Amino acid sequence: MSRTVLRILLYVALALCSVVMLTPLVWLVSACLKKPDDLFSYLFFPPPGDLSLRNFHDLFTDIEFTRFLMNSCFVSGVAVMVQLFFASLGGFALAKYEFPGKKPVMILMLATMMIPGQVMLGPLYELIYHIGLMDSYLGLIVPGCVSVFGMFLFRQSMLQIPDDLLEAGRIDGCSEFGLYWNVALPVSRPMIGAFCLISFMGTWNSFLWPQIVLHNSQRFTLPIALNQMVGLYSQKYGVLMAGTFLSILPVVILFFILQKEFISGLTAGAVKG
Amino acid sequence: MIGSRRFFRWQHRNAPYLFIAPFVAVFCVFGLYPLVKSLWLSFYITSGPKSRIFVGLGNFSFLLSDPDFHKAVWNTAVFAFFSVFLQLPLSLGLALLLNRKALRARNFFRLVFFSPHLVGMVFVAVIFMVIFQPQFGLLNRALNAVAGIPLDTKWLGNRDLVMPALVLTSLWMYVGFNMIYFLAALQAVNQDLYDAAKVDGANAWQQFLHVTLPSIKPVAVFVVVLSTIGSFQLFELPYLLLGNSGGPENAGLTVVMYLFQNGFETGDLGYASAIGWTLALGVLVVSLVQMKLTGAWKRGD
Repeated sequence: MSRTVLRILLYVALALCSVVMLTPLVWLVSACLKKPDDLFSYLFFPPPGDLSLRNFHDLFTDIEFTRFLMNSCFVSGVAVMVQLFFASLGGFALAKYEFPGKKPVMILMLATMMIPGQVMLGPLYELIYHIGLMDSYLGLIVPGCVSVFGMFLFRQSMLQIPDDLLEAGRIDGCSEFGLYWNVALPVSRPMIGAFCLISFMGTWNSFLWPQIVLHNSQRFTLPIALNQMVGLYSQKYGVLMAGTFLSILPVVILFFILQKEFISGLTAGAVKG
Repeated sequence: MIGSRRFFRWQHRNAPYLFIAPFVAVFCVFGLYPLVKSLWLSFYITSGPKSRIFVGLGNFSFLLSDPDFHKAVWNTAVFAFFSVFLQLPLSLGLALLLNRKALRARNFFRLVFFSPHLVGMVFVAVIFMVIFQPQFGLLNRALNAVAGIPLDTKWLGNRDLVMPALVLTSLWMYVGFNMIYFLAALQAVNQDLYDAAKVDGANAWQQFLHVTLPSIKPVAVFVVVLSTIGSFQLFELPYLLLGNSGGPENAGLTVVMYLFQNGFETGDLGYASAIGWTLALGVLVVSLVQMKLTGAWKRGD
């Protein structure tokens, strides 16, 4: 009997926690779908007759939201591709080759992971300023284009590639880059999925560095555009919430596509390492 | 033909170096150089890109007597304390609930608890800015209905409530994220150990203490260190919720916010660099102490 009671308690506890976790997100959705004046009239959703897409309409007509959305898609898309290429290439070298200098490189990588990036914020700003990359997407993407964390992830997954397989490829006349491209990459497909999402979330949500580099609002990405909207539209919460909702949506969609790979990729380093 | 053969041998010999070259190049230019430069800059007072005055360790000694910096360090430490001692036990608790064998819909609950992490910090801040509103905000209305808390409670305008608001928001954001690590660790625990413990007559609490905890310890240390480092770098949340000033009486000013203020609003990159290096030193010392205390030292990871 008490077993059943415990089971019920377990589900009640989990359900309560779920409600708490979901409330802000449900509220966000409800806030977008209210008429601008109704935001605080109803706690959550209004009666069906009062639902409205007015906030979205205003978002795209009053503000150049399409532009910010495209900017973010472009920056994140390019950054993910570049990071993916360099991280998997470097990870392959660390996993499947022995070479003098490998140890120092890996120690160097570990050391950089320990140092908070904000230490170099000032000099990095000066550097970007002097080489003329201020207010450009190159200045945004290039400093972060090699992910040390990503290299470790790919090294971890590529360690499992059998050496015999690579040797056989070499005898068949496959170049080393060909081995990376035709053998190592396809084998690491789950890790590619995980890393894509991790790096997409990183660049899509990135705020501090874009805030420093970008000045022209035509080039703004979503996080800084939204920060600016907070200042300019402080009374129009509905529009702000609609913008927030649309900013979150791409990450959520990508997460549902790559969910399985993502969770295993996140924990791979921690549990096995 | 001979040329291509030579190329084949050349690329075989140099492949790892070529593959690692992008990392080394980017790291030297955008990592090592700014790092060294920031150490150098921390000995100067700067104002804009042109003016520099050498002050030796002046910036660091000024930090020691700078009340705003002390406030920022205190706030950051309090925030980190709650991240580790409030948030992580809750994460572990949730993971233990989800790890029960006969649980149905485990993946559903896991997804629900994890979902806030999909929302970027900036977007979380924008949402909670409205939720924390006095009078109409969701939080006050809920707390008013449940606990009778006054509707005009100003979470972001009262110096005593700013930190609870930040802790609450980050709790919502990260509790499920850290749970994922604990759950993965729990699922990797060798089940034979439990059977052996049961044979020895261990009750549930003793099993937790002597089987579960030691087994998940490496992951737990990893999570503790990671969330401490993350907390030390708190920036976006208070910056958006409270504005760049740091809230009433600097109640929400963090170390990185103070670095940003000095470097990019006042324009003194020298002082900002000194703050950065102090932060790095703090992160290093605290994570080493944590690893030492938990005995993860010898594992080396």
